[in-house]
Amino acid sequence: MLKYIAKRLLIMAVTLWVIVTLTFILMISIPGSPLNSERNTNEVVQANLEAHYNLDEPYYVQYMLYIKSIVTFDFGPSIKQPNQTVNDLLGRGFPISFELGIITIIVALISGITLGILAALRHNGIIDYLAISLAVLGISIPNFVLATLLIQKLAVDWNILPPATWSSPAHMVLPVIALATGPMAIIARLTRSTMLEVLTQDYIKMARAKGLSPWKIVLKHALRNALMPVVTIMGTLLAGILTGTFVIEKIFAIPGMGRYFVESINQRDYPVIMGTTVFYSAFLIFMLFLVDIVYGILDPRIKLHKKGGA
Amino acid sequence: MEKILEVKDLHVTFRTYGGTVKAVRGVDFHLNKGETLAIVGESGCGKSVTSNAIMRLIPNPPGKISNGSIRFKEKEITRLSEKQMRSIRGVDISMIFQDPMTALNPTLTIGTQLVEGLQQHRKISPTEAKAKALDMLELVGIPNATERLKQYPHQFSGGMRQRIVIAMALICDPELLIADEPTTALDVTIQAQILELFERIQESTGVSIILITHDLGVVAKIADRVAVMYAGKIIEVGTKREIFYESQHPYTKGLLNSVPRLDLQGEKLTPIDGTPPDLFSPPEGCPFTARCPFAMEVCDNVYPVTTARSDSHKVDCWLQDERAKQLLATAEK
Ligand SMILES: Nc1ncnc2c1ncn2[C@@H]1O[C@H](COP(=O)(O)OP(=O)(O)O)[C@@H](O)[C@H]1O
Ligand SMILES: [Mg+2]
Repeated sequence: MLKYIAKRLLIMAVTLWVIVTLTFILMISIPGSPLNSERNTNEVVQANLEAHYNLDEPYYVQYMLYIKSIVTFDFGPSIKQPNQTVNDLLGRGFPISFELGIITIIVALISGITLGILAALRHNGIIDYLAISLAVLGISIPNFVLATLLIQKLAVDWNILPPATWSSPAHMVLPVIALATGPMAIIARLTRSTMLEVLTQDYIKMARAKGLSPWKIVLKHALRNALMPVVTIMGTLLAGILTGTFVIEKIFAIPGMGRYFVESINQRDYPVIMGTTVFYSAFLIFMLFLVDIVYGILDPRIKLHKKGGA
Repeated sequence: MEKILEVKDLHVTFRTYGGTVKAVRGVDFHLNKGETLAIVGESGCGKSVTSNAIMRLIPNPPGKISNGSIRFKEKEITRLSEKQMRSIRGVDISMIFQDPMTALNPTLTIGTQLVEGLQQHRKISPTEAKAKALDMLELVGIPNATERLKQYPHQFSGGMRQRIVIAMALICDPELLIADEPTTALDVTIQAQILELFERIQESTGVSIILITHDLGVVAKIADRVAVMYAGKIIEVGTKREIFYESQHPYTKGLLNSVPRLDLQGEKLTPIDGTPPDLFSPPEGCPFTARCPFAMEVCDNVYPVTTARSDSHKVDCWLQDERAKQLLATAEK
């Protein structure tokens, strides 16, 4: 197990390095520079600024400096937002984005799994049809459309919930619904179909033949097996939610990391691009690692420390 | 002899898109305390449906016990609530399924799956439950039981898994064990071991067994009595002797002629031609008519009355009728 984790950490580091390198190449190959603007700046000032941000160095030196900043986790000052370091921005934005993401995942998992189970248990019943319709809607409506609809109806027309920002639990409701509905629908559909399949398995019949109660059978015998595919797609869902936060944060004016990430690209704010990219990637890679660990815990047939196996 | 189970005129139907499948069509049989009754017949004749009906495990919808009575000791199974039924399943009546590779939950340890039945039905501490689980594993012949309790199903061979399933079924000391093709999925050598295990368990616990199989070799080995099923009906029932040496129904004879026998070496094996009837619309008369070499006009139109040849031996066949016997006698002359 320890050996497996060590190996995974190494692979994660390599993945991160590839992402950083690609980001760097993309960054220097898009035209423009953080210091170009409409204003004509004095050439001496320009040169001084470039020197200050090391932009006059050859690319390989800049690259090394970025690598160094990542290893030491100190991304230096932002170019566009003076008096703020990238670490400041991350420190302020990340907790909010993290909160949005985590609440979304939890809401999507709990509601999706519950809906999926109910639909499977009432196969071809009213709940089943409702759940399927809801799932199809949830999958086909993009989150930004849903977000706009929610704001228009619940916030503007009916004035039930606040339309924007992230200052109280009530403020969280709409963005979380907007972001969670898609993943919830996917989880519900998957849980329903695997649950239906699992319920026909012999070991479920065996559990019934033992005289176990229906809920015990569902929770102890069926759910765990039915959740395996859900865990498998968690990686994709997490990536989707993560990119979803950029959009949702923008629509709901949530002061998370997403805003800095998007703005930094538009403004060619190199240190912020680097910082946010590294941060997002590291986070996602780590979450994928956790997913694999959970998978190994759920299914004893998967041996984490051995390759292949029975 | 005390009857532990009595099934009368049992009908089970399944509603499907193609129509109603009449899977079991008026089955009568009983089981005495401590004996082994084998139910034999080609696949699809309703053996599993019959045994699931006794456990009330017919999936509903689409299935339903549409008529008949199943008496287990003093209880009428068909009238019990689902909750009452749960206190019988695994406690008074247990069941073993065909494929030990799929009957165990791959994500739970053997120990967990063994004790959960006990913990459901008995007030018992975890240590006591574990001790009982160890006893059971020992009873069914699994060495290193303490270690094995912590392992998962994929760490066991097919034969071992079937032993575990048997241990699971017996852990609450049931009075009736229904084994639905318990050896069909196993290698021949393992089959023999499992059958011996059944015999040993019956000797030590006195459990009554219904053994479902399509393998007459299995029947010969451990059955006391045999019921032969065809197209949702029991067409002949008798002691093992009566069925193997004095079988009357052409279907039973056909089954016996289609398997090799040590006591009748040299005879040619002849499979039964044709296929069983469609259970969506089973024939009015004897369902075997179309395949029967002795079929008469009456067979097509009227289901035969049951003839009792002895207290234990009963046959549903028109050939038992006096008039048919005369007919055969003249034909032979
Ligand atoms: N769930 C079901 N839905 C529809 N038909 C069924 C179902 N279960 C069993 N049957 C039908 O009942 C008949 C008897 O099946 P079964 O008892 O499993 O046969 P076997 O004697 O091989 O155990 C078959 O014709 C089968 O098609
Ligand atoms: Mg069967």
